[in-house]
Amino acid sequence: MGYYTDNPAAVAGLVRGPQVHRDIYTDAEVYRLEMRHLFANAWIFVGHESQTAKKGDYYTTQIGNQPVIQVRHSDGEIHVLYNRCPHKGTKIAIDREGNTGKFFRCPYHAWSFKTNGCLLAIPLKKGYEGTGLDQTDSAQGMKPVGEVHVHRGFVFARLAPEGIGFEEFFGDSLSSLGNMVDRSPEGRLEVAGPPLRYMHQCNWKMLVENQTDTCHPMVAHESSAGTAVRLWEEMGSPEQKPAAMQIIAPFMSPYEFFEDMGIRTWPNGHGHTGIHHSIHSDYSAIPGYFEAMTEAYGEDRAKAILDENRHNTVYFPNIMVKGPIQQLRNFIPLGPDKTLVESYIYRLVGAPDELLARTAMYNRMINAPTSIVGHDDLEMYERAQEGLMSNGLEWVNVQRLYEEAEDFTETYETNGTTERQMRNQFDAWVKFMTCSMTGERMAAE
Amino acid sequence: MTVTREDVVDFIYAEARMLDEGRYDEWLALWLEDGHYWMPLDYQQTDPHLVTSLLYEDYFMLKLRVERLNGARTFSQKPKSRCHHVIQRPFVDELDLSAGRAKTNTSMHYVETRLDDQFMLALTATHDLAIVDGAIRIANKRVDLLNSDAAFGNIQLLP
Repeated sequence: MGYYTDNPAAVAGLVRGPQVHRDIYTDAEVYRLEMRHLFANAWIFVGHESQTAKKGDYYTTQIGNQPVIQVRHSDGEIHVLYNRCPHKGTKIAIDREGNTGKFFRCPYHAWSFKTNGCLLAIPLKKGYEGTGLDQTDSAQGMKPVGEVHVHRGFVFARLAPEGIGFEEFFGDSLSSLGNMVDRSPEGRLEVAGPPLRYMHQCNWKMLVENQTDTCHPMVAHESSAGTAVRLWEEMGSPEQKPAAMQIIAPFMSPYEFFEDMGIRTWPNGHGHTGIHHSIHSDYSAIPGYFEAMTEAYGEDRAKAILDENRHNTVYFPNIMVKGPIQQLRNFIPLGPDKTLVESYIYRLVGAPDELLARTAMYNRMINAPTSIVGHDDLEMYERAQEGLMSNGLEWVNVQRLYEEAEDFTETYETNGTTERQMRNQFDAWVKFMTCSMTGERMAAE
Repeated sequence: MTVTREDVVDFIYAEARMLDEGRYDEWLALWLEDGHYWMPLDYQQTDPHLVTSLLYEDYFMLKLRVERLNGARTFSQKPKSRCHHVIQRPFVDELDLSAGRAKTNTSMHYVETRLDDQFMLALTATHDLAIVDGAIRIANKRVDLLNSDAAFGNIQLLP
């Protein structure tokens, strides 16, 4: 047992308002505690219901470091089960998606389970007669996570059996997910193809923080966005811009643009950039789309939905949603210095295909392992991960537009270049890290 | 002036060498300006538009990509990456001089390195070639990575 285990005072001490200790990004014990506490106590994104559209459809993923299966049961309900046979631990599903029919069958000893996890059958069951198997957890079948909630098609889970409710955890932040879904004339999304999978040799929180870091685009992305603007100008600045200009060039917007866009923070670590406008505001109109929206919602409501141009919404702890382009990025922690980023896109059911084509283009241009913008970002994260090993300074600064006695329990709107949302995340980080720690050591000291 | 199968094969080798040696101006000049470089994300993917790909780049994006490599503030290329292609003799699947086109299918191993890291990709490149004024040009290029659905770190140069 290390220094931080069962020591909530020490964990809380890693966050000092405008500064956080580098152990948050580098320490293996802190990472293990994040998996044990934070990723158990918070509501974590699992998947989209369209990934398991039919009965028996399943999809495998991780909640923190826990392998889980999202599966649609015979009654149509979505269940999230630990991906582990209760017998010897074998992973039940190894492929990323599939259909298991009416039951799961472990490939090792053929124990079988209903798609809600209940034990169905064990071969040669008489071998367990009188052994007390029915008194064990193994006889309960595949263990479900603590609680599952499907919100407008998005599946979230809390691993801990007891804890904060879904609505209380997310509160008003659900408006960003809502706006993304409302952009479908039918109010429905469908996942479009497999996600990009991009491996980062850095801590997962660097990626989450970067989603509302509005002072890096014009610096770190000068190489890609700045070059795009220069090439376009060399072409004589044609009115008909190349696709890349529409997607990439807004990253070169000046500081004032990002200051004016605004940042809104919500309780429990959620927040977003782009209250007033964003880099997605000036995309060209797609013929037929507004008409379809007007028909579905009426003109006023359609305009209100499309006038929201929120940039990045962080759902604490580890996803980001872009409503205007129907993208969700899942920052899956694999270790203190290793993060898998999965970037999903969704089809707006009932909208013209051109919208999905732009969304797919955005995804590959910005978030692929082959993306020049992605290269800019990953270089910074990995340099930070290495630089943090320096003993010259142990604290990381998140002080931009810091105010004394910031209250993160209320929704707050401010200048778009603030680092308040990062501080908001760390406030929630302490809360959900320590709420299930026993604190015995604190009492003993 | 005519184009032979051997010319087509030599062209594919020469393209790989240009990429290995970083001769990007020459490489860009091989392309027809309405061509696309496609690297699917999914095995045997058929649609470049409505699902994500790793790359589906028009001439502007390709030019941007190679121009960026030499930028003063391209930090992910300080120091620069290097790449190395080992290619198997291309299959010339089609050579139609009257229509001015050819198709090739080439297996290769692509190695990219920067600092202490090096990785290898096994892939098949399919080229749609056009014969314009007696010269071979790239109309479209598709690169299928053997492990296209795997999680990658940065792939900064081009197979």
